[in-house]
Amino acid sequence: MIGQLRQLILKIINMSGKVLHALYTDDDLLMQAVKQTRNANYHINEVFTPFPVHGLDKALGLAPTRLAICSFLYGITGLTVATLMMNFIMIEDWPQDIGGKPSFSYIQNMPAFVPIMFELTVFFAAHLMVITFYMRSKIWPFKKAENPDVRTTDDHFLVEIDAANHDIDRLTKFLYDTGASEIKLIE
Amino acid sequence: MSSHYEAPIREPLVIGDKTYHDISVEIAAPVLGKANKSWWIVFSIALVAFLWGIGCIVYTVSTGIGVWGLNKTIGWAWDITNFVWWVGIGHAGTLISAVLLLFRQKWRMAVNRSAEAMTIFAVFQAGLFPIIHMGRPWLAYWVLPIPNQFGSLWVNFNSPLLWDVFAISTYLSVSLVFWWTGLLPDFAMIRDKTTSPFQKKMYGILSFGWSGRVKDWQRFEEVSLVLAGLATPLVLSVHTIVSFDFATSVVPGWHSTIFPPYFVAGAIFSGFAMVQTLLIIMRKVSNLEDYITVLHIEYMNKVILLTGGIVSVAYITEYFIGWYSGSSYENYTYLSFGAATGPYWWAFWALITCNFIVPLTLWVKSLRRNIVWTFFVALIINIGMWFERFDIIVIDLSKGRTPSSWAMFSPTFVDIGVFIGTIGFFFVLFLLYARTFPVIAQAEVKTILKSSGEMYKRLRAEHGDDFNHAHGHVHVDNDPSAGEPAANEPDRDYLSGTSNEEEVDQSAQDALIDTELKRDMVDAMLARIGTFDPAVQTADKLQKLTDVGPLMEQKLHQLGVYTYNQISNMSLQDYEVLNTIIDSFGDRARRDDWATQAANLKNN
Repeated sequence: MIGQLRQLILKIINMSGKVLHALYTDDDLLMQAVKQTRNANYHINEVFTPFPVHGLDKALGLAPTRLAICSFLYGITGLTVATLMMNFIMIEDWPQDIGGKPSFSYIQNMPAFVPIMFELTVFFAAHLMVITFYMRSKIWPFKKAENPDVRTTDDHFLVEIDAANHDIDRLTKFLYDTGASEIKLIE
Repeated sequence: MSSHYEAPIREPLVIGDKTYHDISVEIAAPVLGKANKSWWIVFSIALVAFLWGIGCIVYTVSTGIGVWGLNKTIGWAWDITNFVWWVGIGHAGTLISAVLLLFRQKWRMAVNRSAEAMTIFAVFQAGLFPIIHMGRPWLAYWVLPIPNQFGSLWVNFNSPLLWDVFAISTYLSVSLVFWWTGLLPDFAMIRDKTTSPFQKKMYGILSFGWSGRVKDWQRFEEVSLVLAGLATPLVLSVHTIVSFDFATSVVPGWHSTIFPPYFVAGAIFSGFAMVQTLLIIMRKVSNLEDYITVLHIEYMNKVILLTGGIVSVAYITEYFIGWYSGSSYENYTYLSFGAATGPYWWAFWALITCNFIVPLTLWVKSLRRNIVWTFFVALIINIGMWFERFDIIVIDLSKGRTPSSWAMFSPTFVDIGVFIGTIGFFFVLFLLYARTFPVIAQAEVKTILKSSGEMYKRLRAEHGDDFNHAHGHVHVDNDPSAGEPAANEPDRDYLSGTSNEEEVDQSAQDALIDTELKRDMVDAMLARIGTFDPAVQTADKLQKLTDVGPLMEQKLHQLGVYTYNQISNMSLQDYEVLNTIIDSFGDRARRDDWATQAANLKNN
């Protein structure tokens, strides 16, 4: 539903909907081509690569990801949960005198709680970050893959370029000059 | 390009003239090909052991813990020994993927996938033992802090046994998502490579629809880095907490402040030994010698040397401090004169021999790089580390503070059966993994190909660091059946580097045809059986021939054999050529009568 809506909006923004798929067979060539394409003021919609190409996100002008910050916040949440849980269980609800160490206050008994505080911090930080990653990148079981060419998970690099309002022939010629090995027009 | 520079003094991590496509093919081959006979034999043995273990577990649970060899003095024995042994083995995986990622060690990429798989499977086995040892495993949920019907009686958060529950479940689950996230791009590669609709469906589900967008990769890398940062203290905490199970008690030999670092080092030591054991076999069986090289084995041996050294220092310290304390109780701990000469002398000396003496041979470089010797040492360390835990638990308990309660422990067949069952279970999981998962993180290996691949290193040595390999060695699909025909094919001339297609083809063949003689043989063979012209012909699926997998198909393609027609024209003379040129061909063409098979396939 949301996917359809998104596609519809994209269609309205990009009325003709025409894109060119340019395939490259080398990562260094791809980097160079991406820089040249952006310098020539063509708009790159998306790039599909079989492995992480370092510096490609910067070359495309993508904003850095904030997942690490998320993870830090999730970690603090986990630490808070651990503290509140053990304070309730060990200090408030049923305080016991274990081995001559009575449970009067959380702070006094805290050294024994450090392992669980640590484990739950890591648990929350790791799992919630990964779930956030899956949600943001829209990957989950039974999700259909969206790479336009199966070779992009093997050894090909696909650049999707917005072709609306451009002379297709000139754009094609330009892309060949950047070293593309195949170019396809997607209506 | 200069950005891929790596000091020439470093040995290559990927051997051979590999392209990105070769990496995909060779890592997908064990998954897409068929299992051979030895796989089925080993799998059957593991399965039988596993079933035997299940039988013993059922017997234990239905009859009671009394079927084990435990007695009033020795209330922990094989079960906890096995638990600590398996948890320890489960340490190498996350160490390789997390700690070595933070240290930017490129060699980890060839081994991390399998090491993480080993970690997860080993922690499964470890988790079984405390649960069985509860006697009433259906009440295992009592270890969780949940409201219950006993008033508000909660679990005890002061107890290291409860810390263990949290540590190990966090470790298992975080290792699992770390592993799976790394697997997504590799599952996607197999999904896009397979021709079987069932596999396509399955790997489509497993890969979560991974598409490889640049933003996904940016997030992927960040997530990997942060998970590594989280998993590094986690992996250290897990065995620290396992050691607290002992160190917070008052039993002589257990009540020791060096236990946490010593246990962590011992865990890494045994974990790497198990990684060596598994990978030395797997690289051979799955044809991955180009990716898991002798260099990788040597690096792991160096980690074994370091952690083995730490463990040895801990042994000596324990022995010395026990003696120096002058306390008579300390003379019966597992590292003492009393233990070395007492009734458990054999267990003491097994520990010293396996963990201290034998690993010292790895200081010799030629032995460190000797695969057979490494395999032997790894097996010995696995045994030695089992004895270490046995010694800590059984020897320390056997002679406590009251001489009247001194006792010996002897295992029953159930103790042994459960242990063998977990080994069987472990290998069942690992063997299934080796047939269905991409066992090397191929997406990551592709990122280091240009910096650490043998071919690129050689090109840099020949042409200088600033040479642009992109144009000289653009990969051209040797396999015309892959993908759809490019509508723009005639315009290829725009690509300056690939206009000379003949030369590129030649370089792809070089891997197999390394001498002039072999080239002449192949040319003569092609003259007899016919050549393949991609412009007018389409390639056939050579994998339909008996025992031909993706790897063999690729090799045939490299020789210029693409169609059933060519193979149906083959005679004994041509089989001889294949025998000579393709390693491990083993006369299979004659054995399976390829010519007849191909003639049948051609006419269908």
